[in-house]
Amino acid sequence: MSALLKQERATAAHRARRDTWVAVLWSLPALAFYLLFAIIPLFIALYLSFTSWNGLSSATWVGLKNWLALFSDSVTGHSLLLTIEVMIISWVVQTPLSILLGVFMAGTQRYRAVLSVVYFLPLLFSAVAIGLTWLSLLDPNFGLIDTLLKTIGLSALAKGWLGDPKLAFFVVMAIISWQFIPFHALLYLGGARQIPKELYEASTIDGAGRLQSFFSITLPQLKYTVVTSTTLIFTGSLTYFDLFWVTTGGGPGYATRVLPLHMYITAFPDENVGYGSVLAIVLALFGVVLSFVFLRFTGFTRMASQREGL
Amino acid sequence: MGVGTLPQKSAETQQGYRKPQKAPWHGWWEIIPIVFGIIWFIIAFYPVLYMFMTSLRPLTDFFTDVPWLPPTHPTLTNYSSVLSGDFSLAFVNTVFVTVISVFLIVIVSLFSSYSISRIHNRFTQVVFSLFLIGLAIPLQATIIPIYAIIINLHLYDTLFALILPSVAFGIPLSVLVLVTYIRDIPKELYESMLLDGAGHFRILRSLVLPLSRPAIITVVIYETIQVWNSFLFPLVLTQSSNVRVLPLALWTFQGQYTTNVPAIMAAVFLSATPIILLYIFGRRQLLGGLIAGFSK
Repeated sequence: MSALLKQERATAAHRARRDTWVAVLWSLPALAFYLLFAIIPLFIALYLSFTSWNGLSSATWVGLKNWLALFSDSVTGHSLLLTIEVMIISWVVQTPLSILLGVFMAGTQRYRAVLSVVYFLPLLFSAVAIGLTWLSLLDPNFGLIDTLLKTIGLSALAKGWLGDPKLAFFVVMAIISWQFIPFHALLYLGGARQIPKELYEASTIDGAGRLQSFFSITLPQLKYTVVTSTTLIFTGSLTYFDLFWVTTGGGPGYATRVLPLHMYITAFPDENVGYGSVLAIVLALFGVVLSFVFLRFTGFTRMASQREGL
Repeated sequence: MGVGTLPQKSAETQQGYRKPQKAPWHGWWEIIPIVFGIIWFIIAFYPVLYMFMTSLRPLTDFFTDVPWLPPTHPTLTNYSSVLSGDFSLAFVNTVFVTVISVFLIVIVSLFSSYSISRIHNRFTQVVFSLFLIGLAIPLQATIIPIYAIIINLHLYDTLFALILPSVAFGIPLSVLVLVTYIRDIPKELYESMLLDGAGHFRILRSLVLPLSRPAIITVVIYETIQVWNSFLFPLVLTQSSNVRVLPLALWTFQGQYTTNVPAIMAAVFLSATPIILLYIFGRRQLLGGLIAGFSK
């Protein structure tokens, strides 16, 4: 072997060793934080689910007791149902409106850019801030909405929006939509911007109107964005705690007690950390399974070329 | 800019070359997106406007004024009474927690993202997948065990109890955004630096850092908003009023002064002001970066 080749091999080996060192060392801090506060907690939750603990004194092992209780617990069943409703209603309400808004924002008229600045305001506030503002707006006594209804003579419609077991859930869903439509509209804006102009120009030459272009070009091209947005809506639905807590606290009764809320209330105010941990595992599993299902789905869409036919 | 969804309406924006085709209006329904855009403007803006107007209303006027009109006697007393209480401390606490958390998130994620994008071996790919799984885990599911961990670390009721989990949960998305960005840096630039005998640290500092600035800014802004507005961690992991952060302080404030809505609105507005300022100055980077990050 020539001396030069030997030297090249040595440098390559040195580089490979250095690379491995860097690869491990440089990810270590992130990994440490992440393992300690995101992954290991899941295992701890599993352990806790087999115990009975009030959060203060020491935990006692109770085996499968909490897990068996899960199957006869109607409140948990109700929470699960509510959570699924959250997912579906979120999607049904937010997706069409976000597409409309995103496509609107993608237009190049200048006034649209000006309006867009305001569109994203709801995203900046904490869920607490949003909840408190809407609590005030919806207040049956001095709230704006009821006062407005009374003033224009529709006082029959004025009611305690968040105090009505049948309405409260939908009212909170409306607030959630208010908060997150701007975000998904942003995704669709990004997606719409990527649509090649040539597609529209070709269809205009063929005499297609705006509506036709929308359905035959815009929507199909946005398929990938729809998948991303849908995934985020469904997995995000499992995280809605703050808003529900601040506006209704899970009530009236159990009307708005979605799974994250149910888990929190069980563990902390109700001091049943063991059973709360069971719910935590259920929640985590739900999220992971949902994500895997959607990731699988995304894999297929990613393959399809969006510039097909050009 | 310029890839619109609808063909240009006015010829002036196309500066003379190739006059664009105007799409014919086929029916009244084509005005729907525009109508919706305007309606949404009102829906998005009005509650914020209401928040602001109410915060300027003196409490006595609150019961008599017309809610949707501006205050008849605007005043700053709500703001001064909010700031003179515990709220100012909550503000300082929130700044502390947010600045340190975001700083740690960026540093830790940047180093990790570099090694993931540049060095392809078993370890980095496993780490990356691990982080991606983190995007699927609802943070709420870990709050109970994190509570247990924090208590065992004797960090309960401290600001550090808030910083550590916030950093952990900020890592997955930040790494995703940064990796996507760093991957796009042309290989030739790396190669020329390697030929110069540069080590990874020098490449990170002189090449990747300046080039991935937009991604870093996006991460900073996004995580700042997330940490600043987080509520569940403070709710569970802190207790005393001297380690309270803003969202929790808002919640306790409302519990204390339930009927003093103008004061509550002032508190709400104050808690959001830094983020609003951040938005005004960093909007383009945030929105651009979020679009880019989620599109991939």
